[in-house]
Amino acid sequence: MNQQSLSSASPVPDTPAGEALASSSHARRKFRHFKDKLAGIGIAVGGLGVIAAVLLIFLYLIYEVMPLFRSALIQDVSEFRLEAPHSDNVLHLAVEERLEVAMRLGDDGEALFFNTSDGALRNRIPLRIPQGQSIVSFALDTDISRIFALGLSNGHVLIAEYDYDVRFGENNERLLTPVIRYPFGEDSFALYDNEPVSRLSVRSNSSELLLAGTNPSGQVRLLRARRETSLLSAFSGASDADWKTELATLTGELPALEQLYLDMDRRWLFAIDASGHLSLVDVRPAFSGGETVIADEVSLAASGGHITEVNFLLGGISLLVGDSDGAVSQWFLVRRDGGGFGLEKVREFDAGGRVLALAPEQRRKNFITANEQGYVGIYNTTAHRQVAYTRLLDNAPRTLAISARGDGLLLEHGDGHFSFWRVSNRHPEVSWEALWQKVWYENYQQPEYIWQSSAANNDFEPKYSLAPLAFGTLKAAFYAMLLAAPLAVCGAIFTGYFMAPKMRRNVKPLIELMEALPTVVLGFLAGLWLAPFLETHLLGIFSLLVLTPVSILLAAFVWTRLPEHIRFRVPEGWEAALLIPVILIVAYLSFLLAAPIELLFFDGDMRSWITHDLGIAYDQRNALVVGFAMGFAVIPTIFSIAEDAVFTVPKQLTYGSLALGATPWQTLSRVVLPTASPGIFSALMIGMGRAVGETMIVLMATGNTPIMDINIFEGMRTLAANIAVEVPESEVDSTHYRILFLAALVLFMFTFVVNTLAEIIRQRLRRKYSTI
Amino acid sequence: MINSVKKFFASGTPWIWVNAGAVAISVIMTVGLLLLLAINGLNHFWPKDIMLAHYTQPSDGEEPLRREIIGERVDREQVPAERIIASGIPVSAEKPLYERELIKVGNRELNNSDFTWLLTDYLEDIRYPDNLTAFERREWGNFYGYVLEVRESGTAVASSDPTDPADARAWMALEERIARALAIHEEIDELEKDDIGEVNYALERLRLQRRALELRGEASEEALAEIEAEVAVWESSYEQLQTRLSALYEEVERDSVLMLAMNEEQTEIRISEIVRAYQPNRMHLGGKLFVYAQKLWEFLSDEPREANTEGGIFPAIFGTVTMVLLMSVFVTPFGVVAAVYLREYARQGFITRTIRIAVNNLAGVPSIVYGVFGLGFFIYFLGSEIDQAFYPEALPAPTFGTPGMLWASLTLALLTVPVVIVSTEEGLARIPRSLREGSLALGATKFETLWRVVLPMASPAMMTGLILAVARAAGEVAPLMLVGVVKLAPTLPINGNYPYFHLDQKFMHLGFHIYDVGFQSPNVEAARPLVFATAFLLVVVIALLNQLAVTIRNRLREKYKALDM
Repeated sequence: MNQQSLSSASPVPDTPAGEALASSSHARRKFRHFKDKLAGIGIAVGGLGVIAAVLLIFLYLIYEVMPLFRSALIQDVSEFRLEAPHSDNVLHLAVEERLEVAMRLGDDGEALFFNTSDGALRNRIPLRIPQGQSIVSFALDTDISRIFALGLSNGHVLIAEYDYDVRFGENNERLLTPVIRYPFGEDSFALYDNEPVSRLSVRSNSSELLLAGTNPSGQVRLLRARRETSLLSAFSGASDADWKTELATLTGELPALEQLYLDMDRRWLFAIDASGHLSLVDVRPAFSGGETVIADEVSLAASGGHITEVNFLLGGISLLVGDSDGAVSQWFLVRRDGGGFGLEKVREFDAGGRVLALAPEQRRKNFITANEQGYVGIYNTTAHRQVAYTRLLDNAPRTLAISARGDGLLLEHGDGHFSFWRVSNRHPEVSWEALWQKVWYENYQQPEYIWQSSAANNDFEPKYSLAPLAFGTLKAAFYAMLLAAPLAVCGAIFTGYFMAPKMRRNVKPLIELMEALPTVVLGFLAGLWLAPFLETHLLGIFSLLVLTPVSILLAAFVWTRLPEHIRFRVPEGWEAALLIPVILIVAYLSFLLAAPIELLFFDGDMRSWITHDLGIAYDQRNALVVGFAMGFAVIPTIFSIAEDAVFTVPKQLTYGSLALGATPWQTLSRVVLPTASPGIFSALMIGMGRAVGETMIVLMATGNTPIMDINIFEGMRTLAANIAVEVPESEVDSTHYRILFLAALVLFMFTFVVNTLAEIIRQRLRRKYSTI
Repeated sequence: MINSVKKFFASGTPWIWVNAGAVAISVIMTVGLLLLLAINGLNHFWPKDIMLAHYTQPSDGEEPLRREIIGERVDREQVPAERIIASGIPVSAEKPLYERELIKVGNRELNNSDFTWLLTDYLEDIRYPDNLTAFERREWGNFYGYVLEVRESGTAVASSDPTDPADARAWMALEERIARALAIHEEIDELEKDDIGEVNYALERLRLQRRALELRGEASEEALAEIEAEVAVWESSYEQLQTRLSALYEEVERDSVLMLAMNEEQTEIRISEIVRAYQPNRMHLGGKLFVYAQKLWEFLSDEPREANTEGGIFPAIFGTVTMVLLMSVFVTPFGVVAAVYLREYARQGFITRTIRIAVNNLAGVPSIVYGVFGLGFFIYFLGSEIDQAFYPEALPAPTFGTPGMLWASLTLALLTVPVVIVSTEEGLARIPRSLREGSLALGATKFETLWRVVLPMASPAMMTGLILAVARAAGEVAPLMLVGVVKLAPTLPINGNYPYFHLDQKFMHLGFHIYDVGFQSPNVEAARPLVFATAFLLVVVIALLNQLAVTIRNRLREKYKALDM
């Protein structure tokens, strides 16, 4: 083909051949120039395109990660006044999931449902409050169950639920009908006899209801209602089920209570008095007639302000306390050292001014505050992050509601004035603190580094600490380098400087062949062959690690003592070949002798001796296995670069040194190594980069548990393995997905920086050599 | 003596030896690893002799446990007595170490597990009777036992006496019938895979056509009727195929064989279940080699069975090769163009140097990062755009918005493009200036010089780059797990259904096969030999590719050494 193209390009004959030919050759020349230009442009475009494509990786990773650190956006949707007659005081405000309708529950016992777009009234549903009674207190279970309780002036409590019936019309449009239901029956529960229920708290699930209330004289009563599960009611359906109620009164002295809160498990009662003093009451003994147990007492308002708003975070574990100084603190129960529970202040947020409204989100660990200057703040507790803080109102708000998905915000201010806002808050769970520092998660004893990205339940607190993953990555790389660095560098020094050229020609390709070995094969061998092997031959391996260097020295010594006629048979530079049988024999012996030694000292099983006598955890797939397997993978990388550096040290340097009478070793250590050391260093860095990014080996050779422990007998989870495991299952564009992209970006940056440094060092070195 | 030791250390010789030791260790490790893979991988196909033995294991009760063992000896190891005692077998603690053997007893439906560890000391009466037979089956793994009786539709046609090793009447009849069943099975496979597959594919395409018409608002009565008619044609042919299929199934189920397993258990096995039967103890070396070759060929050319733990790995080989070839199509032109630009067209300076370093370093970026990029950019971004523009009828089921062949090869092309660039650039740099200048002096334009002189001379370098890229791509698994491989693909990416080359399809891959079978399969112990064989195959392929690249590179160097003069 080459031949053909050459003949077709044969130059135009240089003989005079008339005008026509001249003009055609002129046209041809022009065409050739055009082709040349075109090709030049084409190649430039193509070349730059490829380079741009490669750059695209970096930019795309950043593009995916950026949204994580963006603040929430709050956009104005509508501003309106509720025209329909309504009571002055609002008990509760809520926005429906698709942001179409809002509900306002007034203290006149009427639920008003209106459009969020213009405030037009949809429905007005009066609650079934007995004649002549009025509402004295209100308590919400959660906006997820939408169940609330009303304390009446006659000591009764009415439980109701607001909800929406959804139908789809002919054109598939969504038709909402607001409803009020009475899931615990339309009759009210009697908590007190003809005394108003001045404070109230309610918790429920489908089969049980727990109420806590006080009367004006400060007596706390509990009411528990349980579904009577008779066979008959089970078949006839839940609607007319019987509820078996139990009443209990707390004994002992409780201060004049301002607020009462039951926790989600219906075990603890948080009773707060006017001065912000909280008593933690165990309600379980109350029903069995026991003494009231106050498990803990804390002062919520330590800073001096007084408490304005209290609410539970999603999941009902954390209590959020807003005060008049604008601080919002998060508290939850922590198991104390001596047993028992205590309330612990976990973190504090700054809401900017006296907190007038405080609402948790329903699907994430976020909460929203509104202060008296009209500033609204959105916060994530886990990340300890203020996602948004803006002034939405000129005056003080009365109350606020956040929609189920956290994307709609309704504020009531002044006399029936409302403003509705759209919130775009996609990734509140991420902050520097959440990713890299110790975080005190709910249900944990103390702040910890934890990676736990998903769980079965909805109110799960995602734990996105990259610290254990980064630690695991470095741990794996460390153990790999521990094996690889000495072997590869020493090997490179010998191969590059001492080895006979004939042997070098065979050894170098062999070790470079290792580099091409697929890591999945190494990982497979590590996980399925090496890990069980190490477990049973632990002592053999350790004795091998000790005996090999000793035996090499011994062999060297013996060799120098041998008579010359034997020594001179093997030319210099073949020492490595001599050592191969020595090492094989030592390996064989150390495994052979390990078994009886193990029997003698470790009861025949070193592994169980390590776990039981030393108390060190032992996983079968551990860092030692990874160290061997990944060390194996990075040896050739380090070897070939370091060998290059040693081998290319200008020969005149070494010859000069040898000519001056230095021994080969002196020449190496005083002349060659100092010259080649930058190259060796860059080889180590590139090897390190490879170890950090290696995926398959760690995936297969460790248990992939994200723990932070340097113990060589335990596994780890690395950034790369974590990506491989979790990306396919993470939801596109979710926080989890983007954090995995962040992990990829971290890996990319790390290896890129390390490799670039190494490359620059190498280029410097090359220039230095060329000047010598 | 002490003096000589001192002198010895002062001379520096020991340190040289230590360095030599490092080389020796590296060499031992590499060779050892290759040997380990080769031995374990190639051993897998050897028809091992089947042992018959009596095993009398001491027990806590008065009576020792006695049983018969039929199986292949797989492995042996030394175990301290205390560990055996701790596991509940009361052996004497006076002997500190016991040897135990791993025996593959097969017959999973009878024994619950394929393997058992036995203490060698208590194995007695070991024999290798000629008439012990091994079956490889489509399900439940291997079976070992004696052939008692061959049955046709439930009635015996041939029977043998298990105690007489020379009695091979039933075995002969069995061999014949297995051949028959295998032939029918082949027919069934063809019918199911090719013919019925084609019908299903056509029906799906028609469904999509119809949906596309509806979406575009062109669903006129005639058009719909046309589609309906076509559907009817395909459905009737489907029914015909189905009847033929059930007839074949009936035929293949005709024969069965009554087997005597260990401990006098009798069980009937349908001959259609048997893939291969052999009597290894009867076979001489030639016969064993023949079975070995057969099994090796099956491994290379057949589809996997039993959740990938048995049978062949052909789809994985095919998927790997197809993906790598497709990747080469992407990576070669782009890599070469980029290298030519950097070396021949771009002004050499700080920026080109920076780009060169950056490209060099991209080769060191973890492959999983490319995988993440491929998943996010190619699949979720480009893929879903393509789906919306060109395949709206298939939505919400994604066509290109899901991992597949195209995206996998593109991702790997991106991963390997630095290799091609670096290698090609090296080749371009080696071409002597004088050649270029000669060409330019003769009046050739820059492009002509490039096209006719420089590139042909650099082609071996490009080949080297490409081969290295292919070798790297063939061994890469981590990014592929995100962008396209699956543990079991129902069809090959290239098949007889229009448009023949299915870029959107997921595929199987050798490397992923190793990971999946070795780590995700329920019966790792049984799958291990197969994984070793697969790993060995992969290593051999990659080593050969690398060797090829090295050879080409060396020849190239030799060639231009002469020109440099």
